[in-house]
Amino acid sequence: MMLAPAPFLLKEVSVRRVMTQVCIALLPGIAAYTWLIGPAILVQLVIASLTALLAEAVMLKVRGKPLPLFLADGSALVTAWLIALVFPPLAPWWLVALGAVFAIVVAKHLYGGLGQNPFNPAMIAFAVCIVAFPALMSQWPSVGLQLATADQINVILGLAPRVDALSGATPLDALKTALKLGEGEVDVAQLLANQDIFGNFAGRGWEWVAAGYLLGGLWLWRRRIITWHVPVAFAAGLTAISGALWLYNPAHFASPLFHMFSGGAMLGAFFIATDPVSGCTTPRGKLIFGAGAGVIAYVIRVFGGYPDGVAFAILLMNLGAPLIDLLCQPPIFGMKDKA
Amino acid sequence: MLRELFRFKGGVKLPANKTQSTGLPIAVAPLPSRLAVPLHQSIGGKPRPVVQAGDRVRKGQLIGEADGWISAAVHAPTSGAVAEVAMHVQPHPSGLDALCVVIEPDGRDEWIERTPVDYRTLTLEELRARLQQAGVVGLGGAVFPTHGKLTPAKTVPMDELVINGAECEPYITCDDLLMRERAEEVVRGAGIFRDLLQPKKVLIGIEDNKPEAAAAMRAAVDALGEPFSVVVVPTLYPAGGAKQLIRVLTGKEVPASKRSTDLGVQCFNVATAYTAWRAIAHGEPVVSRIVTVTGNVQAPRNYEVLLGTPMNELLGLANPHPDTGGIIMGGPMMGFLVPDPRAPVTKATNCLIAHDERLFPPKPPEMPCIRCGACAEACPHELQPFEMYWFARAKNFGKTQEYHIFDCIECGCCSFVCPSRIPLVQYFRFAKSEIWAREREKNAADGAKARFEFKQQREEREKAEKAEKLARAAAAQAAKKAAEAAAAAAAPDHAPDHAPDHAPDHAPASAAAAAAPPPVAVDAEKAAKMATIQAAIERAKAQREAARPKNTEALSADQQRAVAEIEQRRAVLEPVLTDAAAAAGESPGKAE
Repeated sequence: MMLAPAPFLLKEVSVRRVMTQVCIALLPGIAAYTWLIGPAILVQLVIASLTALLAEAVMLKVRGKPLPLFLADGSALVTAWLIALVFPPLAPWWLVALGAVFAIVVAKHLYGGLGQNPFNPAMIAFAVCIVAFPALMSQWPSVGLQLATADQINVILGLAPRVDALSGATPLDALKTALKLGEGEVDVAQLLANQDIFGNFAGRGWEWVAAGYLLGGLWLWRRRIITWHVPVAFAAGLTAISGALWLYNPAHFASPLFHMFSGGAMLGAFFIATDPVSGCTTPRGKLIFGAGAGVIAYVIRVFGGYPDGVAFAILLMNLGAPLIDLLCQPPIFGMKDKA
Repeated sequence: MLRELFRFKGGVKLPANKTQSTGLPIAVAPLPSRLAVPLHQSIGGKPRPVVQAGDRVRKGQLIGEADGWISAAVHAPTSGAVAEVAMHVQPHPSGLDALCVVIEPDGRDEWIERTPVDYRTLTLEELRARLQQAGVVGLGGAVFPTHGKLTPAKTVPMDELVINGAECEPYITCDDLLMRERAEEVVRGAGIFRDLLQPKKVLIGIEDNKPEAAAAMRAAVDALGEPFSVVVVPTLYPAGGAKQLIRVLTGKEVPASKRSTDLGVQCFNVATAYTAWRAIAHGEPVVSRIVTVTGNVQAPRNYEVLLGTPMNELLGLANPHPDTGGIIMGGPMMGFLVPDPRAPVTKATNCLIAHDERLFPPKPPEMPCIRCGACAEACPHELQPFEMYWFARAKNFGKTQEYHIFDCIECGCCSFVCPSRIPLVQYFRFAKSEIWAREREKNAADGAKARFEFKQQREEREKAEKAEKLARAAAAQAAKKAAEAAAAAAAPDHAPDHAPDHAPDHAPASAAAAAAPPPVAVDAEKAAKMATIQAAIERAKAQREAARPKNTEALSADQQRAVAEIEQRRAVLEPVLTDAAAAAGESPGKAE
């Protein structure tokens, strides 16, 4: 007779279920992306997923792990989807594939695989590619670009030339460049009035993609996959620094609302900074982690040379996460007055 | 009555599965074929057997005498003959045997003479002693001797007495039925505890999934006119843990490092209160208990069972389905599969669950920890189970203690919620037992070291005393030699070869070294020892010099005098140099 240990009851939960819910929560954002930016993202999602799963299978085989169990845990899929969503939608197929392979092979498995990676693999992929291929990683579809689905796919697969019309920028980048070129002559309010680029409050199309991530993130919170700490602290950190500078000089600095709905802020706050493996796990640690990521993201995206700072902000906070957690251990039952 | 309730963090909601066994009243289990009554049925000292094979015993007769204050007596559950006092399989996950009194029942179930007393006529000490002699222990599962918990702390006033009727584990209903059917005696037992501890309030906590029990207890409290509060608490596992119930009812958090009485609160199970009352007011020691028999059986029910009844016979009463694959003792969260179905029912046996894979599916394979933190959220003691898991896995037991592993009550909430299916509680049990084992080893090693050091000290003392005697003799001898040497130096025609046992060149130095006390102030013992050593060295040197001719042999008297002077200065300086070197933490040899 096998002497199985207590408890004999187990909740209906699994890693796979957790990862599946994260993927489901990304769907509203993906839907908005597809509708407003273009169906190319779906192609990128497929490319990223296939390469990530292939790389995962190879690495599991190499490491001698049970293939069906680990391949089905869904963690590689989450990484792949995040990569597809943070890369430019019309990036060449090999760039996305390279990111996915690097994320799975180096950032995940070489560090010990599921649960062991000190950095978020998707963010590592983004960082590596933006450093190695800065031009390609900065080519976003020009605003209002009308390109047939087939043409979009051709661009991704390299069957059509990467026309100049593609070398646009994100609204965030556009604002930064305009402010830089204007050299104090231009006003943020004037620039943002251009609804063709900046939409209603943060970026035409992109603001609704961010809203989709917000919706999915709230659902994750409702499902208790994530806690409120990281997203709220991220928003608070970003709002604090952007709000202070905006109040100081509204002509030169955009509002917190613009920043929260631009670039990777919303995706980062709900889906990336909340990654428990590479982030903080104690309640106070999560608050520090989120707030730090929010502040650093702002500093990099506004004063730095990269189009957005969310990826680097999260990676930098990943570095500090173990120490933050060590210092933020909550007091235990019966020891609260001492702590 | 409305009362403010407190919450404890964490906890899990579980399917109750209690109604199966509450449909029928408590039944008295028939006399089993044989009883194997373990002598060690409580925390603390192992009771000594006071019967032998062949003795005739009556129901309630003492068969195991309490050993020490934290220990409780054991009694014959029925009348009959003692077949043997021998090792017998135990309901313990280890599967190890323990000493049992095996009784062949005679079927008459004949009691000893029972002497009911009015406990108010007893002193508090007598009352505690009676509870100990009657074998009253915590029947919630911890089996701590009850009398040991009935002394209030000296410095802290007793605020609350908590009577635990929460029964939070799924499937178990023995306390529920006890409260429904014997509420009055439970309340009277609580009255005894109240009189011993003198708390300001008595709170009886019952989970809200047992309305009948709560109603019965309320009625009994009212009927007896006791000022006790029956408090219905939300059903949330592990609300029935003593510390959790104390928290819910009083807001106090008892850490692992403290006794609850240090915070002015104490907690007893309802069944313990019941047996305490039976023991005092009826003179009946604890020889039986109520056991829920449920799970994969046709007729789940609660039975009043004699201690020592083989579990398979008890389970047989409920008609287990043929596919039953083992017996869980306790609930599905904290219980264990008994290694042998013939193991006896003990005071800790509150529930038997017929195990079956439909009720308790086999565990899916373990995955790596993804640090999701679900375990930390579920932990009622607000620990960080996943951190303890990493360190337990790495056998970094010091770190597990930094993360308060000994505050873990092994409730199983973390394992229950873990999406990676990691048997966290197992890791913690492993870490705890490793720490205990190392502690024991260390204590054993410390003891051995202390004994060794004591022996060494004694030997050194004896050696020093002996050396002192020898030193005195050696000093005298050296002085004599010095005198001889001086005489030899005075006579130039003296040939050193003729005296193989002494060296004239060095004799003055040795005499000076032996005769002059070391310049540093030391006690007599040390001085004597040094003198002995010095004398021995000089003897060895003398022998060596005698055996080997040297270039210093053909020296003039002036030269010899100069050498002797130098040697003398050196002899005075040497101990100083040696001491300085030792103080600098270097070996004397390196000082040069």
